[in-house]
Amino acid sequence: MSTINHPVSSHDLHHAHHDPGFVRKYIFSTDHKIIGIQFLITTLIMLMFGGALALAVRWQLAFPWSYVPILGNMIEQFALQGGQMSPEFYTMLFTMHASVMIFLVIIPVLAGAFGNFLIPLMIGADDMAFPVLNMLSYWFMWPAIFCFTMATGLGAGLNGVEGATAGAAAGWTSYPVLSAIQAAAPGSGAAQNWWLLGLTLVGVSSMMGSVNYMTTIINMRAPGMTLFRMPLTIWAMFITAILQAFALPVLTAAGFMQLSDRVFGTTFFIPGGLDINNTDPSVGGGQPLLWQHLFWFYSHPAVYIMLLPAMGMVSDMLAATCRKPIFGYKPMVYSLAAIAGLGFIVWGHHMFTSGMNPALGMTFMVSTMMIALPSAIKVFNWIGTIWGGRPVFNTIFLNCVAFISMFIVGGLSGIFMAAVPVDVYFHDTYFIVAHFHYVLFGATLFGVFAGIHFWFPKMFGRTMNDTVGKMHFVLTFIGFNCTFFPMHLLGISGLPRRYADPYIHPYLEHLLNMNQFMTISAMLMGVAQFLLLGNFFYSMFFGKKCGRNPWNANGLEWTAPSPPGHGNFDIPPICYRGPYEYSSPLVPDQDYLPQTHRLTSVPNPNPTTAT
Amino acid sequence: MKRLWVAFFMFWPLLAVVVCWFAADMNWWLPRHDGTIGGAEGVTTAFSPIGQRIDDLFHLILIITSVVFVGTHIALGYVVWGGAKNVDEGRKSVFTHGSHNLEVMWTIIPAGVLLFIALYQMDTWAEYRVKSTYPEKALRTPIAEITARQFEWRIRYPAPGREFASDAEVDQWLMGPQPGDLYSVNELHVPTNRPVIVHLRSMDVQHSFFVPKLRVKQDAVPGSIIPIKFEVTKPGEYELLCAELCGWGHYKMGAKLIGRNTQGHAAAIEKMRHDQEYDGITQPADSVVDQTESTTRMARTN
Ligand code: HEM
Ligand SMILES: [Cu+2]
Ligand SMILES: [Cu+2]
Repeated sequence: MSTINHPVSSHDLHHAHHDPGFVRKYIFSTDHKIIGIQFLITTLIMLMFGGALALAVRWQLAFPWSYVPILGNMIEQFALQGGQMSPEFYTMLFTMHASVMIFLVIIPVLAGAFGNFLIPLMIGADDMAFPVLNMLSYWFMWPAIFCFTMATGLGAGLNGVEGATAGAAAGWTSYPVLSAIQAAAPGSGAAQNWWLLGLTLVGVSSMMGSVNYMTTIINMRAPGMTLFRMPLTIWAMFITAILQAFALPVLTAAGFMQLSDRVFGTTFFIPGGLDINNTDPSVGGGQPLLWQHLFWFYSHPAVYIMLLPAMGMVSDMLAATCRKPIFGYKPMVYSLAAIAGLGFIVWGHHMFTSGMNPALGMTFMVSTMMIALPSAIKVFNWIGTIWGGRPVFNTIFLNCVAFISMFIVGGLSGIFMAAVPVDVYFHDTYFIVAHFHYVLFGATLFGVFAGIHFWFPKMFGRTMNDTVGKMHFVLTFIGFNCTFFPMHLLGISGLPRRYADPYIHPYLEHLLNMNQFMTISAMLMGVAQFLLLGNFFYSMFFGKKCGRNPWNANGLEWTAPSPPGHGNFDIPPICYRGPYEYSSPLVPDQDYLPQTHRLTSVPNPNPTTAT
Repeated sequence: MKRLWVAFFMFWPLLAVVVCWFAADMNWWLPRHDGTIGGAEGVTTAFSPIGQRIDDLFHLILIITSVVFVGTHIALGYVVWGGAKNVDEGRKSVFTHGSHNLEVMWTIIPAGVLLFIALYQMDTWAEYRVKSTYPEKALRTPIAEITARQFEWRIRYPAPGREFASDAEVDQWLMGPQPGDLYSVNELHVPTNRPVIVHLRSMDVQHSFFVPKLRVKQDAVPGSIIPIKFEVTKPGEYELLCAELCGWGHYKMGAKLIGRNTQGHAAAIEKMRHDQEYDGITQPADSVVDQTESTTRMARTN
C-alpha cells in the first residue's frame, strides 16, 4: 500500500509546490516578491487617495469657503451649503491626509514593498524567514485601510454624530484631550476609535514585517555575504527594522491607552475638572503631556523609518547609475546607525513649546543638533559618489539627484527648528510643514520613484518607459518645489498650520495669492502622478522586455531571472565581494563586477571591501 | 541634454536664493509690528527683546545654512556636470571607495558648527523659559491669568494695585477668582517696557498662546498652569492666535494683545474696573463689599 501511495502523495506535494493555483499564487501568496508587489500597488493607490485629500486641503487654503469641485456636490451636507466645505471637514482632511500618507503610503512602500521585494533577493535567500507571517503582514493592511476609511467620517454614525463632518479631526498626532474626549469635537466620536484601531493594525503589520526582516537578514544571507558586503539598502532595511521593533510597542501601548480612556473611562491622558463644551467636568488625574512623550518616542524614530530605506536605495542606485563604487561605504553604514541611535533621544524636539521642563529642552536640543551630523555625512558621501562617475542620465539618476538636493533643503530647515528659541516661533507654523514635506516627499518619495524605475525590470521582466519617466519627474519636481518651497516663507511670516482660513487675521491676509499659486502647483503635481501610474501599469504588460541585468548592476538580485521564479535563484548565489565594484580595474573590459563573479586568478581581489 | 539637466538642477536652488533675498520686500518674511515693507524699521522686526534675540539667532542660522545650501548645491552641480563630461569624452569612472581624510574633515567641521549653534543659543533659551531667570518683581506681580477655551481667550487680572507678598500668594490667586479681579475676553492688556508674567491654562483641550510679532509661543496644557514671561517694547495692538489644533474653530481663535505705556495701561485697567463695576444706575461703587459682590457675580457667569 505504502509503496503505491508514496509516489502519488509526493507527486501531489510536488505539484502543489509548483502550481499553487491563482489564489495562493497571486492573492494569499507567501512569496516575498508577490507580497512586495502587492504592497507596492496598494501603496500607489493609497498615494492617489492621500493626494486627493491633500488637494482638497489646498483648495480650501486657496479659495476658502468657495464651492469645492466634485466634493461640493458629492457630499449631501455640502450641497446644502452651496458646495463649500465645513471647518470640521477641513480638520478631517488634513488629519486623514497625514495618516494615509504616513501609515498607508510611506512606511508600507519602503518597508513593505521594497523591503519585501529586495531583502531576500539582495542577500541571496530564496524567501523570507517566515513566509506566512509575511503574508499576514500584508493582509493586516486591509483592515487598517478599512478602519482609516471609516475614520474619515463614514463610520461615525455609531455615536449619533454622522456624516462628512464627523471624521477623525485631531491631526495625525492625535493629541489628547481633543482626541480623548468625545465632546471636544465632532470628529472625536466614533471616528477617533476607528482611527486608533487603524493605527494599531498598521502597527501590527509593521511589526510582523520588522521581525521577519531582522531574522532574514541575520540568518539567511548567501554564503560569502558578510555584513560589510551587504548593499546599503539592506543595511538601511535592517536598521529600520530594529527601529520599528523598539519604537512601535510604545505607540501601540499609547494607542490602547487612548482607546481605553475613550471607551472605558480610564484617565491616562485626561486631567480632572475640564469643562468641555459645557458637558460635565471631566474626572481624572491624567497628563496630556504623557501622550506627547509616548507618541513622539515612536514618531520621531518613525520619521527615520520613513527615510532610511530610501537613503539605502538611493545609495545603491547612485552607484549603479554612476558606474562607481559608493563613496565611503563604512561611514555610510555608521551614519545610518548613528541616525537610528540618536533618533531615540531626540523626541522632545517636538515638544519645545509644550511646557516640559526647559532643562530637558536643552538636552533634546543638543541631541537634535547632533542628528544633523550623520545626515550631513551622508549627503557629502552621495556627492562624492557622483564625483568622477559617468552617470547615465535616466529617470533613476535624475530622481536620485533630486533626492539629494531636496534632502539638503529638508535637513537644513531642521537646523532652524533644532535651535529651541527659533523653534518657539516656528513650531506649529508652515515652516514645519515645509520641513517635513521636503524630507518625506522631496527625499523619500523621489527615492521611491527612482526605486520603482530601477527594480521594475526585476519585478516584471520589463522596463518602464524612460521618456514618460522623465516627464513625470520634471513635472513632479517643478510642482513639488512650487508647492512646498513657499511654505518656508509662509512659516517665517508666522502662518500657523492647520488653519481652515488664516486670512481672517489681518497680518496674514496678503498671503492668499501665494497660497493660490501653491494650490495650482499642487494640482499640476497631482496630475503628473497619472503619468507614473500609467507608465507603471502599461509597462507591466507592454514594456520592453529585458534580461536579468538591464542596468549592468552588481547586486545578487540581478543574477536571478527577471522576474525571478519561486525560490528566486536558479543558480544559488555565492558572494565574493561588496556590491559596489563598478569600473574596477580588475575587469578592464567591463565597468561592473557582480558580487557573484568569481575571479579565479586573483584570490583576494580587493582587501578593502572584502572584510 | 545632459548639460540641460545640470542647469535644471541648479536653477531651483538659485531661484530659492533669489526668492529669499527679496522675500522681505514682498512681505513674505518675519511679521513686523506696523506692517511696513522693506526695512523701514531696519532689520529689527520683533517688538520684544526676546523676539529680537530670536530673530538674530534666526538670521545667524540663516547665514550658516545658506552657505551650506549654496556650497552643497554648487558641489552637486559640479559633480553632475563633471559626470556629463566624462560620458561625452568616453572616460571611465574613477575607481575609488572613498577617502579617509575627507570623511574626517566633513565630520569634524559640521560637528563644530552644529555644536557652536547648540551652545550659542542656550542663553536665549534660558532667558525665554527658565523660571529662575525671571525677574523676581515680575513673578510677584503677574499681570493676568489667561484661560484658553474653545475658541476664545478668557483673561483675569488681579485687582488693580494688588501686590503679592510671596509665591504662595500668587499660587493662591491662581486657585480661583478672587474679590476685585477684573475680566476681559479676547483682549489682553499689557504694560510696555517691562518684563511681565502671565499664567496660562486651559479650560478644555490643548491650545497654544502665540503672538507672532513678539515671537512668543507657549502651549496651554489642560491641567497645568504655565507662566510665560515677555516684554512689549512698543505700544500697539498685536495679534494673539492659537497655534495648537483645538477643534474645528482653531483658525478663528484670535485675540488682541494691547500694549500701552505705564499710564495708558493703568488707565485701561481703571476703565475696565469702571465698566465692570458700574451698573449704569448708581455711581461706581468703591466699597470693598460691593466690589466683592460684583466680582463673584462675574466669576459665576464666567
Ligand atoms: C537634519 C536633521 C533633522 C533635524 C535637525 C530635524 C528637526 C526637527 C524638529 C526640531 C522638528 C520639530 C519642529 C516642531 O514641531 O516645532 C521636526 C519636525 C519634523 N521632522 Fe524633522 N528634523 C530632521 C530631519 C528629518 C527627517 C530626515 C525627517 C523625515 C524623514 C523629518 C521629519 C519630520 C516631521 C514629519 C516633523 C513634523 C511632525 C509634526 O509635527 O507633524 N525630519 N524636525
Ligand atoms: Cu523629530
Ligand atoms: Cu487652537
